[in-house]
Amino acid sequence: MKQPSLAHVLQPKWRTALQRLREEREKGGSGKLVILIIVGGAFWAGVFGVLYLILRNLRKVEELGPLIPGKILGLILLSFISILVLSNVITALSSFFLAKDLDLLVSAPVDWLRLYLAKLGETLLHSSWMVALMVVPILAAYGVVYKGGVLFAVYAMLAIVPMLILPAVLGSAVTLVLVNIFPARRTRDLLSIIALGAAGGVILLFRMIRPEQLARPEGFRNLLDFLILLRGPTSPFLPSEWASQAVMGYLQHRIDLLPLMLLWTTAAAFVTLGAVLHRALYAQGFTKAQEGAERFIRGTLWRWTVGPLLGWLPVAKREFVLKDIKLFFRDTTQWSQLILLAVLVVVYLFNIQALPLHRGEPVGFFYVNLVSFLNLGLAGFVLASIAARFIFPAVSLEGRQMWLLRSSPLDLRALLWSKYWVGTVPLLALGVLLTGMTNALLEVSTFMMLMSLTTMAALTLAIAAMALAFGTLYPQFETENAAQIPTSFGGLVFMMATIALLAGVIVSLWQAVYAYVRAVYEGRPVVIDAWMFLWFGVAAALCTAATIVPLRLALKKMETFEF
Amino acid sequence: MIRLENLTKLYGSFVAVDDISLHVPRGVLYGCLGPNGAGKTTTLRMIAGILRPTQGRVLLGGDDVHANPLAAKMRLGFIPDRPFVYDKLTGAEFLRFVAGLYGQQGDVVGRRIAELLEVFELTSWKDELVEAYSHGMRQKLIISSALIHRPECIVVDEPMVGLDPKAARLLKDIFRQFVGRGGTVLMSTHTLEVAEAMCDQIAIIQHGKIVAAGTVSDVRRQHKAGDASLEELFLKLTGGAQVRDLIEVLGA
Repeated sequence: MKQPSLAHVLQPKWRTALQRLREEREKGGSGKLVILIIVGGAFWAGVFGVLYLILRNLRKVEELGPLIPGKILGLILLSFISILVLSNVITALSSFFLAKDLDLLVSAPVDWLRLYLAKLGETLLHSSWMVALMVVPILAAYGVVYKGGVLFAVYAMLAIVPMLILPAVLGSAVTLVLVNIFPARRTRDLLSIIALGAAGGVILLFRMIRPEQLARPEGFRNLLDFLILLRGPTSPFLPSEWASQAVMGYLQHRIDLLPLMLLWTTAAAFVTLGAVLHRALYAQGFTKAQEGAERFIRGTLWRWTVGPLLGWLPVAKREFVLKDIKLFFRDTTQWSQLILLAVLVVVYLFNIQALPLHRGEPVGFFYVNLVSFLNLGLAGFVLASIAARFIFPAVSLEGRQMWLLRSSPLDLRALLWSKYWVGTVPLLALGVLLTGMTNALLEVSTFMMLMSLTTMAALTLAIAAMALAFGTLYPQFETENAAQIPTSFGGLVFMMATIALLAGVIVSLWQAVYAYVRAVYEGRPVVIDAWMFLWFGVAAALCTAATIVPLRLALKKMETFEF
Repeated sequence: MIRLENLTKLYGSFVAVDDISLHVPRGVLYGCLGPNGAGKTTTLRMIAGILRPTQGRVLLGGDDVHANPLAAKMRLGFIPDRPFVYDKLTGAEFLRFVAGLYGQQGDVVGRRIAELLEVFELTSWKDELVEAYSHGMRQKLIISSALIHRPECIVVDEPMVGLDPKAARLLKDIFRQFVGRGGTVLMSTHTLEVAEAMCDQIAIIQHGKIVAAGTVSDVRRQHKAGDASLEELFLKLTGGAQVRDLIEVLGA
């Protein structure tokens, strides 16, 4: 029997993707595309700009100049490969074992090799597109600083593509073995914890290296010591090292084809070995993957702990809040994100502590207050990112169960209320903690501490309301994975709206804070006058409006939902 | 008990439900029949308050589902055709949650949950996460959830899908007893034997319109079908010629 082509096996996937694009275009018009291009372009420009400055500075340093860029590229590519292996392991679990099209493909007379290559391609694409996009501005910076020319783009692509294939094969193989040992759903839980733990570790490690020192030549001595201490990516067996050698060789005009050949032949060998392993283990693994992750749960823990605290609430709201808490902590893909959140907080506080402040008065006083003030914006942005991940998807996640909520006499206001407070209370605690601790580290005055804490509380209420509202205005009912929901267009609009709010509040408060700082700086008594009150009032009005208006709009939108 | 007045639903220019008016009195088990895509599910979802009608209104016990939703929905138990429930709740937790949505709490809820789980033979599964349930078990759980607040009327879309013969028989008995005690059931089904055996009255829907309504005998009389079975009547009203064409295609 003639086998269907690989493109035919993948046809439903690319046709679905094209249809989605068409639908998106119809829904959002060209405005959506323009916003995406602007945001993506700004991000690329940022990465390019930072790396360009670092590389240009390094080129000026005589002894270390030629060595360190290669090391940096090797480090970047190594971290990308580590991320790719993890993300491929997780993606392979979905594409090879849990995808909805598998029943059809496995029961059809499609041979094992086509199935393997189709699913490997799918895994590769899903898990590598973000890294591939990240690599573009990085290599562009190298190309521009070293004047690589247009052909460099082609050469770089030849070096990077096999580097993406290798982790895809490796990740798929690891998954194949794991699924043969554990049930697929249990493996997914396990992997998401390991992946996030590892990602957290990489972020911490990267921060502890203090990469900002690269921009200051006087810091090179210590950094080099550190790199030597780490013994860096110097292993000749790492594909990231081959890719880095290939790229740097081309840029420094000593083209050596060996790294490229190593990359391509290893990729080909890996695909072959992966296919052999797939042939041997897939059928058994697929059968095991059909087993459910059955778990016996008494479910009384939350009822006895959180339940009494919610006793004052009407029964519908109480049950709704309890349900949301249980669902969050029973879904490994949800709660495991808290690991990253903890890392983020540690890195955040580390950054504040690493600032070279308190070197003397009165400049120290000015900068301390400036940093404390700007910290409000930064902490607000961090809270917005967290709200985007946890609060924004809240309504979308009810999609498949909306038949129950809409056919029951549950007041939609109660639903919105429960979602709002389940998200807001932890966010508020985090916001106040983050601001309080950074201000304590900065040793700010009582005025700044009180102003910061009050502002942060008001901002948190507004950010949570906006996250919930934008998530309702741009729902993603078809997406089952909560982590994917904030990456939608609505998530982007929410982040932009939040940045606008943060800018508005900070500009308003600056008028009041500047009056305070100037008074202290000039040794005058601090008077809270009408001017200060006016600007505090503007900030408060902004936060209040950003809390109430979005929630009202969300309620209206919710009333029009149809399923 | 259930009254539909000129109910219409448009999706863009497509007319899914076209000016349907219907009255289902208290104590009646009413069946909605029709081919795939006829508008049955859309009609039932409008009755349950999940979809908003483009025109017309739905009254449950005199309360308009869209103008006075809370009062109307208190009377209703809705059972959808696709059993989507929260995977990470246990069966017992799901039922308690649904009871909460209807304002019920306390020991009485615990007793009711135990009673329903017992009836549907889910007691040994009550502390298992729903993600481990089979399709039929989820369906039983949803049926239990629709009964938990002792509704006055039940709207059910394809009740027998996924149920084993024992559960199907149990459900038939429950519906008959429920109607016998003055409750009202409106159900859509493709299983004509079920409709013929269970329903007091039926409506056949095609292209969003009711093409025949009444008792099975009434419909036979209206359409001069003699002693034809409900299946023959259904095919006559909804395009039996297509079935003959299909048989020829398969035969070829």
